Amino acid sequence: MFSRSSQRATQAMLRSSQSQCRTNPSMAARSYATVNADIFKPTKFGGKYTVTLIPGDGIGAEVSESVKTIFRADNVPVEWEQVDVSGVDTGNKHSEELFRESIASLKRNKLGLKGILHTPVERSGHQSFNVALRQELDIYASIVLIKNIPGYETRHKNVDLCIIRENTEGEYSGLEHQSVPGVVESLKIITRAKSERIAKFAFSFALANNRRKVTCIHKANIMKLADGLFRNTVKKVGEEYPTIETNDMIVDNASMQCVSRPQQFDVMVMPNLYGGILSNIGAGLVGGPGIVPGCNMGREVAVFEPGCRHVGLDIKGKDQANPTALILSGSMMLRHLGLDDHANRISKAVYDVIAENKTRTRDMGGNATTHEFTRAILDKMETL
Amino acid sequence: MPDSASGMHKPHGAGASRASFKFCFAFAHVNRLNLALLPTYTTHTRSIALQVIVQDDGRSVFRGARAQERASSTVPAASLRTGCLKIILRNTREGEGRDVQGSEGQRCEEEGPFDNQVSMLNRCQGKYMVTLIEGDGIGPEISQSVKDIFSAASAPIKWESVDVTPTLKDGKTVIPDAAIASVTRNSIALKGPLATPVGKGHVSLNLTLRRTFGLFANVRPCKSIQGYKTPYDNVDTVLIRENTEGEYSGIEHVVVDGVVQSIKLITREASERVLRYAFQYARDVGRNKVRAVHKATIMKMSDGLFLSCARKISKEFPDVEFDAELLDNACLKIVSDPTPYNDKVLVMPNLYGDILSDMCAGLIGGLGLTPSGNISKDVAIFEAVHGSAPDIAGKALANPTALLLSSIMMLQHMGLYEHAEKIQNAIFKVLAEGKTITGDLGGKAKTHEYADAVIKAL
Repeated sequence: MFSRSSQRATQAMLRSSQSQCRTNPSMAARSYATVNADIFKPTKFGGKYTVTLIPGDGIGAEVSESVKTIFRADNVPVEWEQVDVSGVDTGNKHSEELFRESIASLKRNKLGLKGILHTPVERSGHQSFNVALRQELDIYASIVLIKNIPGYETRHKNVDLCIIRENTEGEYSGLEHQSVPGVVESLKIITRAKSERIAKFAFSFALANNRRKVTCIHKANIMKLADGLFRNTVKKVGEEYPTIETNDMIVDNASMQCVSRPQQFDVMVMPNLYGGILSNIGAGLVGGPGIVPGCNMGREVAVFEPGCRHVGLDIKGKDQANPTALILSGSMMLRHLGLDDHANRISKAVYDVIAENKTRTRDMGGNATTHEFTRAILDKMETL
Repeated sequence: MPDSASGMHKPHGAGASRASFKFCFAFAHVNRLNLALLPTYTTHTRSIALQVIVQDDGRSVFRGARAQERASSTVPAASLRTGCLKIILRNTREGEGRDVQGSEGQRCEEEGPFDNQVSMLNRCQGKYMVTLIEGDGIGPEISQSVKDIFSAASAPIKWESVDVTPTLKDGKTVIPDAAIASVTRNSIALKGPLATPVGKGHVSLNLTLRRTFGLFANVRPCKSIQGYKTPYDNVDTVLIRENTEGEYSGIEHVVVDGVVQSIKLITREASERVLRYAFQYARDVGRNKVRAVHKATIMKMSDGLFLSCARKISKEFPDVEFDAELLDNACLKIVSDPTPYNDKVLVMPNLYGDILSDMCAGLIGGLGLTPSGNISKDVAIFEAVHGSAPDIAGKALANPTALLLSSIMMLQHMGLYEHAEKIQNAIFKVLAEGKTITGDLGGKAKTHEYADAVIKAL
């Protein structure tokens, strides 16, 4: 039985060990520390995790095949629960059912790896499954890591930024109506609750990953109320994180700075649409959508998907796709599960293959096929 | 009336239209402000549009400058009926200012094809009157450079400086009547940077100007400048942005505390207006490709409307190639490699245009090097889009290049191609030499030293 004073001492010790944990960069960088409470833990039977796999449209089938091969080769304790939902309108009535199934599966397993689903432009077409999925599962924070891959030269050097994007409201609210023929109103919704949630996420992410600065991206000079609310909320939340520098920038200026001096950015937090724009600009800086990993986090569910959401219908089935983005998203998922050994081996193999510049896919200036690139990664993993 | 004109028109003939209409043509000195023949600052071709005027009695009537509005408003209708509005490219003598001609009841048949020159430009003592809004902060300094260089190049421009300090009238931000009158009278204005007073309940001045004059299109060319190295070479993009509605409609409200709705407004009228201008512009500057940038996958109704308008308008311009691109793809591709965009004109709704135009400016070195033009039915305002930089105001450190390039756009818009080219070459020469450039470009020269160097290079 502890006396009162010893109890206090224990608590103090506990606190100091926790804070040590936080400030220790190597620890923080290694673990995402997102899985801790039991209730949020993903499905696990007999030491193996069950993870929902949604290959998606376009290049999805090819690149997820590549991920599966690599995971199998490394004996990663992950069982896939594959749902082949498609956004391409094939006249197949089951697409809606499959979509429901994918949501149910993700809710069950709390963890998913996902390619991108196609969204038709036609007005008669269905709502974007990607957006619906994020809203349904409330995976509100999208993380996109924009970083130069060593050995792969692009126009910009030393880019290392992270885009945190609100995923569930803003311009993608899906609320539109035609007041009179030829006049359409589209509603952008910004709420304090969701702004606060994403801001907190951004700051804790910055803290956990040893980042220094959070930049809020907005257009509050024009949308004074909506973006004004977002900016003020982020600013207020920032006061709770005194060790992290907070500043803000108008979205048009930010995109200009991004292409001229991207090194100045660290963590950026923004509403939905700006996130779409800036993650694409960012991907352009470091070498295209094929190499940018990302993930979407909610309170319970985490879905890992390529950070720059391109379907790639044009190169579908041509064995040209670059699986790097999905593989790296997959290794982010492994870190999320605490399977750091597997994650490190896989990502190191990918980086090494790219750095050696012998086997690269077409988007990186090589001529290897998806299969050849995957083979090279497997060979590299043998040597690690 | 030239045979070629009627010949061109015959295939589409009146039969296709309502029988009571007859078509009559006149080569008008282009109603530039409406048909918006605004070349980029590299184009030397003079464009002359064939204006189609539809009248019940078959007579084509020019009613002078004031009638332009009516005349031009018939053009889209006529071009719809005929399927295509023919454009003839011709080189003509430059710099020939035309006074407002065309009087009540002139019949076009009685006129030579090029005699009936109707122009809305205001001319005074052989010079064109141009309203000059010097702006705040560094505005007066860079305006002075423009004035000096223009007088050294003997450009036939007479400046009329006006003050646009906003006042509150009936609770609305308005600019002084004198300024409005001047811009309306001259129909051309050059504007330096304006600072928006913060926290006084003022709507941004730029927005006020846009609304006052109905400036619906913003043209933003970005071209790599030799002598200023950025990670991107050979950038040459042109972007046209819808300027009156979209996300900047200014309709916002708090539903309950902590929940804000902001309305993006897309109307067919405004979309068609800017799209038609974009196609016309593309044709005039010889970039025969127009690409609409949208996000209709997510915003199916609003951006969908913009896209369907674009598809519709593109049929009126069969000689201009049209395609559409998703906003995400456009961002990605321009940043990865901007050169495929060198032969295209991009057109898009307000917010996307705002972001992408600044991003393109970033490719070539920032807003200090890019011109901008705002087009309405009756007036055109050319401006430097950078800020007023109050921190360096009055220290002669400012770079006047953006305003100079905008003024060159203005000269081209007015048809003064020789002067435009002369000044432009001088600027590019000075920048390429890199000896007398301002601090922001890595040089040490003062604003006036830079201007002097340009004058010397003339």
